[in-house]
Amino acid sequence: MTRARGILLGIWEFVVGDDWRAAIGVVLALGLTAIAAAANVSAWWIMPLAVLAILALSLRRAARGASRRG
Amino acid sequence: MSGTEFGLAVSVFLACAVEAVEALTIVLAVGSTRSWRSAMSGVGAAIVVLAAIVAALGPALTSLPIDVLRLIVGGLLLIFGLQWLRKAILRSAGLKAKHDELETYEEEIEAARAAGVERPGLDGYSFTIAFKGVLLEGLEVAFIVLTFGANQHRVPLAAAAAGLAVLLVVAAGFAARGPLARAPENTMKFAVGGMLTSFGIFWGAEGAGASWPGSDAALLALVPGVLITSNAMAWAIRRSVARTPLAAEPTPGETSEPATLHA
Repeated sequence: MTRARGILLGIWEFVVGDDWRAAIGVVLALGLTAIAAAANVSAWWIMPLAVLAILALSLRRAARGASRRG
Repeated sequence: MSGTEFGLAVSVFLACAVEAVEALTIVLAVGSTRSWRSAMSGVGAAIVVLAAIVAALGPALTSLPIDVLRLIVGGLLLIFGLQWLRKAILRSAGLKAKHDELETYEEEIEAARAAGVERPGLDGYSFTIAFKGVLLEGLEVAFIVLTFGANQHRVPLAAAAAGLAVLLVVAAGFAARGPLARAPENTMKFAVGGMLTSFGIFWGAEGAGASWPGSDAALLALVPGVLITSNAMAWAIRRSVARTPLAAEPTPGETSEPATLHA
């Protein structure tokens, strides 16, 4: 592994952690908010609801993982 | 100080206190077992590196246009905060082992003794372990100081809150003459995760072009809303675990005892 690759992997692990799907969900939710705001639609409610769903799904995946290990 | 700035200071203070408790355990173990002078040199070197990171990246971030800054910072805070919150909820629900400072302390002492004879002058082992411990724990704090501070253009306030937390934790460690095993780490991590997530939602949405009803006052609903919902999720998982007992996966320095919900 090159040093640059190691540094990039370290940054990824530091910021994104062990659930990359949650990070993708955040980016998609921000994109959706930007599209709604650009279309002059009230967009403030999108992020709270999206984050609630992202967190619930992430926890569900973790609980299922623990269930398989147990 | 505005409400948002107060939230900034509290979030940074709590995040820094949690990480300082963990770093203190490592420094105490290696310092008391091998060499205080070398361990403290490692601490000093790590603090210099962390201060350099904040000093270098702070002005770069604050020079970005406000909407771009809020979008980037909000997104990063949200991704980062969700990590903290997720882990705190899983610990609270008993699905992830809790951090045990006493166990970590004993493991570090054992490793320090097994590392061989202390060398005269600067002890490389003590220096490296203290340096790595403080740098790794401090990077998360530097990240929070930078993102929160840059967004509010109050990096010095965020850095002061972090410094105050370190001073208090070090003073408490000296008073206790050992690791702060009784510090409610998961409660603090729960609170920090909730704050980072709330501010991430707020700034991310603003950066994307949304307008919050009530402007900054929306945070007064957002922060408790996130914390209450997270507690409800932890409660629901705990109930589910109680019906179908699952094995928490212990990792070094952690205990598999079921966690209690504090936040």
